[in-house]
Amino acid sequence: MKKFLAGCVALALSMPAAALAEELVIYSGRGESLVAPIIAQFEADTGIKANVRYAGTSELATLLQEEGGQSPADVFWAQDGGSLGAIAPLFADLPAEVNEGVAPAFRNVNNKWAPTSGRSRTLVYSTERVADADMPASITDLTNEKYKGRVAWAPTNGSFQAFVTAFRVAHGDDAAKTWLEGMIANDAKVYRNNGTQIEAIANGEVDFGLVNNYYLGRYIARDDKFPVAQTHFQAGDIGNLLNVAGAGIVAASDNQETARKFIDYLLSTTAQQYITLQGNEYPVVPGIIGNATLEPFAKLQEISPKIDIDQISDLEGTLALLREVGLL
Amino acid sequence: MTDIAGPSLKRRPSALLLIPAALVAAGMLLPMVYLLARALEADAATLVDIVFRERNLRLLSNTLLLTLSVLALTTLIALPFAWLVTRSDLKFRKFHAIMGVLPLAVPGYVMAYALMGLSGYYGFANHYFGIRLPRPEGLSGSAIALSLYTFPYLFLNLRASMLGLDPSLEESARSLGRTPWQTFVSVVLPNIRPALLSGWLVIALYVLGDFGVIALMRYEVFSYAIFTQYSGAFDRVYAAWLSLMLMAVTLSFVLIDARLRGQRYARVGKGTARPAVPVALGRATPLAWLFVLLVYATSLGLPLVVIIFWMGQTDTVVDLMEVAGAFYRTTAVALPAAAIATALALPVVYLTVRFPSRASSALDRLVYLGYSVPPLAFALSMAFFALRAAPFLYQSLPLLLFAYAMTFLALAIGPIRSRLLQIGPRYEEVSRSLGHSGFASFMLTTFPLLRRSLVSGGLLVFIMVVKELPITFLLAPIGYSTLSTAVFSRTSEGMMVEAAPYALAIVLFASLFVGLILRHEGQR
Repeated sequence: MKKFLAGCVALALSMPAAALAEELVIYSGRGESLVAPIIAQFEADTGIKANVRYAGTSELATLLQEEGGQSPADVFWAQDGGSLGAIAPLFADLPAEVNEGVAPAFRNVNNKWAPTSGRSRTLVYSTERVADADMPASITDLTNEKYKGRVAWAPTNGSFQAFVTAFRVAHGDDAAKTWLEGMIANDAKVYRNNGTQIEAIANGEVDFGLVNNYYLGRYIARDDKFPVAQTHFQAGDIGNLLNVAGAGIVAASDNQETARKFIDYLLSTTAQQYITLQGNEYPVVPGIIGNATLEPFAKLQEISPKIDIDQISDLEGTLALLREVGLL
Repeated sequence: MTDIAGPSLKRRPSALLLIPAALVAAGMLLPMVYLLARALEADAATLVDIVFRERNLRLLSNTLLLTLSVLALTTLIALPFAWLVTRSDLKFRKFHAIMGVLPLAVPGYVMAYALMGLSGYYGFANHYFGIRLPRPEGLSGSAIALSLYTFPYLFLNLRASMLGLDPSLEESARSLGRTPWQTFVSVVLPNIRPALLSGWLVIALYVLGDFGVIALMRYEVFSYAIFTQYSGAFDRVYAAWLSLMLMAVTLSFVLIDARLRGQRYARVGKGTARPAVPVALGRATPLAWLFVLLVYATSLGLPLVVIIFWMGQTDTVVDLMEVAGAFYRTTAVALPAAAIATALALPVVYLTVRFPSRASSALDRLVYLGYSVPPLAFALSMAFFALRAAPFLYQSLPLLLFAYAMTFLALAIGPIRSRLLQIGPRYEEVSRSLGHSGFASFMLTTFPLLRRSLVSGGLLVFIMVVKELPITFLLAPIGYSTLSTAVFSRTSEGMMVEAAPYALAIVLFASLFVGLILRHEGQR
């Protein structure tokens, strides 16, 4: 009985302490297997308890829209810029200094969210069936007869849609429509996402694919004879678009201070180095050792088209276009 | 609480039936109200644009084509299989009965990967024999993958029905000179019609809602388009319209089913039915074995080989404690969800069977409609209402369990209804004529006879909860990970191989419970 009472007292004493401990609710569209270690490190370093809901980025974005002002989430960490743009109205403004150290190419001018890693659109191709002379110089070359039935794409994929938006910004809606129709007429094969395109090339279904840069590394890491390689189009080509994953603070959160600490942590050297090496992505702050399997960031900046990340926010227009040509 | 109608045969349903029925009706209406509310947000111009798109017609025809193909394929597998297991002299019939249900345990995307895993660069056909087979995809690929793990729904129904069918009917037919085949067509087939229909209905509704297979097989049907709208487009309005169209298709299936369903299937003779005398297969025996082995190889062998192949590719150490934790958390939601679903299904079935009326058949249809609401939309509707009406329930276990029970209620209803139809009302009438109350009569006579079907209904729900994803994602208490979310969190970052131990755990775990269904069902 004494023990029991002592237990009660201990429990009662620990209650206020538990209530005072900082807690954070994170909706993570990035997979648990990749980001759980870095979140655990954040907890260890700061003493803040992170409660994470892992799910698909799009499911979470839809859920956030549904929750509106009643969302229990403090932070939303998204896989792609498109969903960050869609959720931007629900994000609180970040203090300007958060994004100050971030490479300009990735910065959100409105400071609605912070980029957490960069990725680039690339061309993946079969090392078995594609000769050097067959390489397209520009993504617009893929509508040539030479590539009929040989190219994979994923029109429902967020990264692809961001690319189409960029295409519209750079070359105009009409040119984008012509290209899309040209691709359809050239029998481009529809896949669900990036990974399935790469597998399709290995499987011999197609010879080229349009994907983000960080998928191929996972296949090569397991099998160095994997018959797929990746490259970029010529310098400045829209097919080399730079894009981001990022995180923002939910406006409905009453825990914004703590949320800010998490965003800062994601931009810290520790987190950036981890994402760069484990995720095969590009860091968004200087001073990080690059991933040796990727093209150096300096080169990437040189060849990527000069499109502002914030200019590619018109997802609506892109979806309307994709519906018009019958891809959605 | 007792039914005061006494021995009179004209009774009104008691509150014990009406209260759960009302709860079910409310639970099923919530997502529909939500979808309507979202759908009506569209302005007139967008509406015309969205609803009268040519693409919707293509989606509709693809959806119907896929559903019909799966129904045909599953029937081709399940019907001979059920006949062999209940009517022939094939050896090890009990073993076959279990093997015929195990594929239920395989998650759809694993089955799709299994088929794809045969082919292509990664395929074991290439890995071990150096042959790159063409990749199964589109209509044929989706139909085959879906059929290979949904046929057990039909098999379970057919087997139960054939076991319950009085063999003296068939013996009369044989004694009048009919061949076994003629007997089957003229006697067995008409009598197993309700089982065929309820199996078909569950499979058809499953196909309508499936996303895992069709996404990998790249076949454009409604569920694919709905997911695309939520994911690529964040367009809840168009997604709501598509969901409503999908539900209209479901409703037409349910109505067709109701039209085709007959009236009376209870035995009318005295005493109990004998077990059937098995038909000798004779020279057809090897053919029968070839058939069952082919079914096992494709429906169970393939997915297992793929998972084990993945496991062989990884050198990461599997954290068994983590797998065990996910295992425990999965059971901790799946068991109560199954219990709640069964407890709610019983009064619904009892109402529709014993008190047929417009209201009770409307309730029955509502349950099937609820089953066909896309799970993502279902989860969003629960979020929508919980946040408005009871914020403290949002993302709590009780709401998660309620959502599970509502989504999968239709699965529990099938077996219970088939059994209740076979039992007939006479026992209860006798009991009431002896002065027992309606409730007491039910508990004394019908309930013991229903118990096995309650267990099988509950287990069907259990297995689905174990495999479920979107509802768990959005409504589970934060940090609550299950086996299926563990698989997703790995596959979403392209780490198929790391997901393998969890996928294997799902298959083994669900198999275990499939085995349990059989133990309860098979002892008749």
